[in-house]
Amino acid sequence: MDTKIYKRENRARRYAEGGITGILGACGILSVLILALVFIFLITNSIPFFQSVGLVNFFTGTQWDPFASEAMWGVLPLLTGTILVSFVGAIIAIPIGLGCTIYLSELADSKVKKILKPAIEILAGVPSVIYGLFAALVLSNWIMEIFDPSYRLNALNGAIILAIMMIPIQVSVSEEAMNAVPRNLREASYAMGATRWETIKSVIIPAALPGIIASIALAIGRAVGETMAVLMATGNASQFSFDILTSVRTMTAALAIDVPEAAIGSLQYQGLFAVGLLLFIITFVINLIADMVLSKYQETYK
Amino acid sequence: MMLSRKNKERMFFWLFRGCAAAVVAFLTIIIMFVIVNGAGTITWDFLTQNPMPNDTGALVSGGILSPIIGTLMLMGLVLAIAIPIGVFGAVFLVEYCGSYKWSRYMWMTVNNLAGVPSIVWALLGVGVFVYYLAFGLSLISAAITLSLMILPIVMVSTKEALEAIPSSIYDASIGLGATKWQTILHHILPYSASGIITGIILSLSRAGGETAPLLLTGVALNATIPLSIFDQFQALPYYIYMMTSASDRANAYPMAYGAALVLIILMMIMNLAAATLRSRYREKYKW
Repeated sequence: MDTKIYKRENRARRYAEGGITGILGACGILSVLILALVFIFLITNSIPFFQSVGLVNFFTGTQWDPFASEAMWGVLPLLTGTILVSFVGAIIAIPIGLGCTIYLSELADSKVKKILKPAIEILAGVPSVIYGLFAALVLSNWIMEIFDPSYRLNALNGAIILAIMMIPIQVSVSEEAMNAVPRNLREASYAMGATRWETIKSVIIPAALPGIIASIALAIGRAVGETMAVLMATGNASQFSFDILTSVRTMTAALAIDVPEAAIGSLQYQGLFAVGLLLFIITFVINLIADMVLSKYQETYK
Repeated sequence: MMLSRKNKERMFFWLFRGCAAAVVAFLTIIIMFVIVNGAGTITWDFLTQNPMPNDTGALVSGGILSPIIGTLMLMGLVLAIAIPIGVFGAVFLVEYCGSYKWSRYMWMTVNNLAGVPSIVWALLGVGVFVYYLAFGLSLISAAITLSLMILPIVMVSTKEALEAIPSSIYDASIGLGATKWQTILHHILPYSASGIITGIILSLSRAGGETAPLLLTGVALNATIPLSIFDQFQALPYYIYMMTSASDRANAYPMAYGAALVLIILMMIMNLAAATLRSRYREKYKW
């Protein structure tokens, strides 16, 4: 080949390489910048609010009523609403999810797996508004008949529907963890005369524990950030209460309901950004813990 | 009473079977309720008319044409915005981002972005796109907000698809004198295409079913089919939410169930397409 042509081609190729690397790099860096953008944006918008209302009022006030003539800025009722709904949800979801995981990874034969796994995937893919619809129109009636609460839409209603939404996340992550437990650990346990259940209980679950914990954390993170299902299920009365049969308003629901009403730049608007910031920090910490536990775990069994 | 080891095992195993059965039962019950209550509502008129007010002025008559079109337009815009950025970004982080430490931090960030609640994305959308960039309450504000939300999901699924390609393919192509980008364009991307497309379909179905960001960024109950991307719009999940909380329950609930059934069918089709693609891919390429 003529060396001149070859050289020119080579140079063109090198430029193309450089250009492509630049474009791809921009896309990659963009994604990381977005996270920084979210955080900075939430902070800068809520700083004026904290300056005029004060951190103490925000975190210790027991009333949230930004649109009253004498506005109340206590985040506690929203915070307890979120905690009540997601933790009761977690208490319902964790045992069922764990049982389902053990069945899926240790007991089920491949035919059952072929049905169960897609079912769990579909459950994870159902839009949250459908869960909300079910909670508001069907589940609430069942709860009325059993517990006879004074509110038709209440925290228990939200907690149950959140539990159903948490299970698929928990199962898919912790099933992976249990499958990753090396075969020789199981076989060693059987060789010592342990039954299958004893092996599961004292070998597989302890070995997969970090993955199971991470799966639970991820599920709780999802529940804390869930908006539509709780918005439609819990009745949205903002009150400071730990009664599971009362109507509560969560942080996410407060944002969804109040932001469209608030004028841009007003104290209400900034106050809602403060709630958003708190929500962001809570979910960020939960996800970070899950991520760290999981990556450490994956390194152990590589 | 002490159970024997054998019986203890049997008891626990039945408990686990019960848990698994419960999970399947949840899914069946929810889907059955929507099908049973929604099937009667779905007629040709329901699918081809816009929502219309009844005698009292409440928007509980007519059909769901504008919500369906609104949701499809939204998904189309998200496809155009989020997919190129997400796929190219993931290709960069997997193939080009040099040091292991850096790419690990980058992926940790992406994983964390995937966990940011949708309502926080909505706040960002309101502040940046609706007000700061002055797009107003509009289709484009909502579409960019949803795009940001699903970006990390697209990236993670693309990463998994890329990493499933054995490194021998890469080495062989480089060994024959191809440049890095030629290798990626002619070998890595085609082989991982079905994996990437599966991820894209699932992310889109996620965007189509999302409601909370729309509430803040431009959905409106009385909107018709948008003529420009700066118009307000209707969306299927939002319509379901409004019908569920409407005061005229007798007329609104059947509409809510009907729209929910349409939404579920739409999501099912997308999920099924993704599953088919994935299983076909697994048969085609066995490394």
